[in-house]
Amino acid sequence: MRWAVIVFPGSNCDEDAALAIDRVLGDPVDLVWHDRSDLSAYDAIILPGGFSYGDYLRSGAIARFAPAIAGVRAAVQRGALVLGICNGFQVLTEAGLLPGALLVNDHLQFRCELAELRVENAETPFTLDYAPGARIRIPIAHRDGRYHADAATLSQLQRERRAVLRYVQNPNGSAQDIAAVLGANGRILGLMPHPERAVAEWMRSTDGARMFTSMHRYVEQQGASLAASAEGVGRLG
Amino acid sequence: MAEVRVQTKAAAGTSGQPTPQEIREQRRYLELGLTEAEYERVCERLGRLPNYVEAGLFGVLWSEHCSYKSSKIHLRKFPTSGPQVLQGPGENAGVVDVGGGLAVAFKMESHNHPSAVEPYQGAATGVGGILRDVFTMGARPIAFLDSLRFGPLTDDRTRYLFANVVAGIGGYGNCVGIPTVGGETVFDESYRHNPLVNAMCVGVLEADKMAKGAARGVGNPVFVVGARTGRDGIHGATFASAEDPTEKERSAVQVGDPFLGKLLMEACLELIATGAVVGIQDMGAAGLTSSSAEMAARAGGGLELDLDRVPVREEGMTPYEMMLSESQERMLVVMEKGREELAFSILCKWGLEVAEIGRVTGDGRLRLRFAGEVVADVPVAALVDEAPVYDRPADAKYVQPGLTVAKPEPAAGDADAWAQYLLTLLAHPSIADKRWVYRQYDTSVRTATQVGPGSDAAVVRLPGAERAVALATDGNGRYVYLNPRRGGAIAVAEAARNLVASGAKPLAITDCLNFGNPEKPAVMRQFIDAVEGMAEACRALDTPVVSGNVSFYNESQGQDIFPTPVVGALGVIEDLAHVTESAFCTADSAIVLVGPIDSALDGSLFWQLLAGQPAGDAPPLDLALERRVQDLVQSLIRTGRVRSAHDVSDGGLAVALTEMAIAGGVGAEVTLPVTPRDALERAGLLFSEAQSRILLEVDGASAEVIVQEAAQAGVPALVLGKTGGDAVIIGGDDGVWLTLPLASARAAYEGALPQAMRAPSARGEADA
Repeated sequence: MRWAVIVFPGSNCDEDAALAIDRVLGDPVDLVWHDRSDLSAYDAIILPGGFSYGDYLRSGAIARFAPAIAGVRAAVQRGALVLGICNGFQVLTEAGLLPGALLVNDHLQFRCELAELRVENAETPFTLDYAPGARIRIPIAHRDGRYHADAATLSQLQRERRAVLRYVQNPNGSAQDIAAVLGANGRILGLMPHPERAVAEWMRSTDGARMFTSMHRYVEQQGASLAASAEGVGRLG
Repeated sequence: MAEVRVQTKAAAGTSGQPTPQEIREQRRYLELGLTEAEYERVCERLGRLPNYVEAGLFGVLWSEHCSYKSSKIHLRKFPTSGPQVLQGPGENAGVVDVGGGLAVAFKMESHNHPSAVEPYQGAATGVGGILRDVFTMGARPIAFLDSLRFGPLTDDRTRYLFANVVAGIGGYGNCVGIPTVGGETVFDESYRHNPLVNAMCVGVLEADKMAKGAARGVGNPVFVVGARTGRDGIHGATFASAEDPTEKERSAVQVGDPFLGKLLMEACLELIATGAVVGIQDMGAAGLTSSSAEMAARAGGGLELDLDRVPVREEGMTPYEMMLSESQERMLVVMEKGREELAFSILCKWGLEVAEIGRVTGDGRLRLRFAGEVVADVPVAALVDEAPVYDRPADAKYVQPGLTVAKPEPAAGDADAWAQYLLTLLAHPSIADKRWVYRQYDTSVRTATQVGPGSDAAVVRLPGAERAVALATDGNGRYVYLNPRRGGAIAVAEAARNLVASGAKPLAITDCLNFGNPEKPAVMRQFIDAVEGMAEACRALDTPVVSGNVSFYNESQGQDIFPTPVVGALGVIEDLAHVTESAFCTADSAIVLVGPIDSALDGSLFWQLLAGQPAGDAPPLDLALERRVQDLVQSLIRTGRVRSAHDVSDGGLAVALTEMAIAGGVGAEVTLPVTPRDALERAGLLFSEAQSRILLEVDGASAEVIVQEAAQAGVPALVLGKTGGDAVIIGGDDGVWLTLPLASARAAYEGALPQAMRAPSARGEADA
């Protein structure tokens, strides 16, 4: 399968995400500049962490106008997977691809630490390789990570098991301890923690690796690579 | 040769400025930062009176901040070369060979004065400035460290300064995506009105691909890249060279734009990689003036700039303002002629503004044109190389203030009283857990941080290599105040020791020399002695100084800070298996003290707390022993027998042991082979800050062998006890002296800073 990591001006976890995919899976992965809208060659697209456009105005508010976001919408229609990490999650909510919003942490400070999370739904393309209810540790690093949504949305997320990860100890005031949100179609995940920073023993956790292996396994299980069928090109990776 | 006629009458954009005659008659040069003697020297060198722009150029370039005029003759005492040094002082950053075809560029710089006035932006722009110094060398930045000093946290303004400096460091560093992996934070009355903010940046490059800040090649075009030039920060450099931050203007503090800083970093690295860049330099202090003059001076040539072409933020900016602006996120770049389009396409991709503002000349002059006239025309050498050098008067001998302080004796109490002393030290903000600080920094972006803040040194993996660098900052103003020479040496020794305890071989250092007013002979004595002490230690430990800066005039309301040289040290770990942390790994390990048993409380925090001021001499240091200790521990770690290691520093042996226990969640029981004569000696054995000591956790079977190996290496070493249990128990031949449950130790150590800052509830954290 083939991966794209979108690079916005101010993205700073783009290379980390690409490195993690290489470390964990060895799949081919391209860093794709934000001005490109044709993402039809990719089975999975990552919107990486960082400070796209300096997070000026609001986190993710400017990046959502990038041509690459149009590409992401088309990819979702096509059935590709989209993973928004940290700033990428913020971009996805700003783009309306995920419900809710990410507000400044309740304590108003940036927070970087290894966070303990509970896997609430292990039946998504992003969490197949986790045990249901598993407690995992993945670092967070954000100032605007307080998940917020109206009551109706929160109960819908609850009902549809779309709050895929929750914090064991809420680090930022997120509604219902939500750390990750699944899109209605089940193929978009936004999360504040950084799975790409937890893929080796020396990083103090390898729990992030299973998110990438889950996505890989899901795409493989879909049979032939989506990109291959759409483009008529040979299977990559 | 045609004489260039320099504009001396009012011209466009210069109306209202004093004429050359008025500058002289009204002594207007004083407000530009020139003394009368310096002004006379400028007139003599030019052979005429300087106009306002020219006087302004000399004012900033001859300022203490830019010219190092009070420190230069002393800084020459530092060793600056060695087989590992690829670039010593004089460039934007020092560069050291770390093997494997890789090199590391690093430098530390102070931003004390701006941070005292506007802490968030002062600290943020300090980080931004040092970042640009490093990527300018063609190095990809991989880590920040910060060394901070504040007054007591009981003070409202100190809490404001501390909170905002930390937020500002994070605000810039987090956004540009470089991890902040270490540093130190010290609180002492001496810094109440004059906090210290020293930022260090480390970058990696291929050893043969270094970029330099020289404007070479007559006819090559000169570009200004990045932010537009505004009226912010004018006089920043002269401001940093004046006393008393409380009297400084907030408007002289620049405002940072980390997003632009990130774009500039990416674009410049891409640009440098094309090979078409001849020279590149950050426009830091004194902006366009210093960057253009220094680049021309390094090449031995000249520059001609057309100021009409400088992109500005507002209408009506004068040449004087353009030259002295310290607007952030700007670079001066000299490109190879004919390859300009390459620059334009890369900068365009990153959305950055670029303007060709001049060209390299061969006549050795800095010539500025504006509105059809030459507004300045001065020899580059006069601006840079011929800046005044002062051998400022210094006291013949430093009067060691701690020698006359009555040596406080602790009351002979029971075990609970001794445990209470230890708790007090653990809860002192200078020793206590700094998580309140570093959890506000992104410590793991770039996924290369193997050991982040909280251990002796940070360990950052080098890209594409099975090796890592170890990084530490260290400096103890209390020691330097008590004995500048030994205190200076200790700063170097301790920074290197921190690297060694982390499994590294020390390679080189950078420094920030933070001192008071150099016009005071007592301060000058401190400076000279401290530099000599540092130089001795650098020679003894083979760690040359490759970059650094001097910050004078750290005084406020007549009070000078403790003389505080801060050392940023770099070491290499050639085998990742040797990475060693300071947390106990497991129960039933043997604990070995490498280095002497000592009970001297000189310079200790313990004595300072008891006496209310630093007392005695600086702690004992023997540089020859220090070298042997460091060599021994390096070789022991390489044999794979060391599980964890921790330098004994602030708070002495008892604190070092407890820190290892808290970090590892494993207790310890140790017995010193002595029977103290009295409470004072017992206190000394527990809390002495005597140097050259490292605690090791090793497997029980290796302990005695290690002690024998130490003896052969001429290093005292002792098996003190073993790890295990849920308390720290310390005693001597006369029985147990103190027992401190790990939970109480942890509560004191981890709770101190959040409590002092009345932090928001620590949700998401282990219970304190």
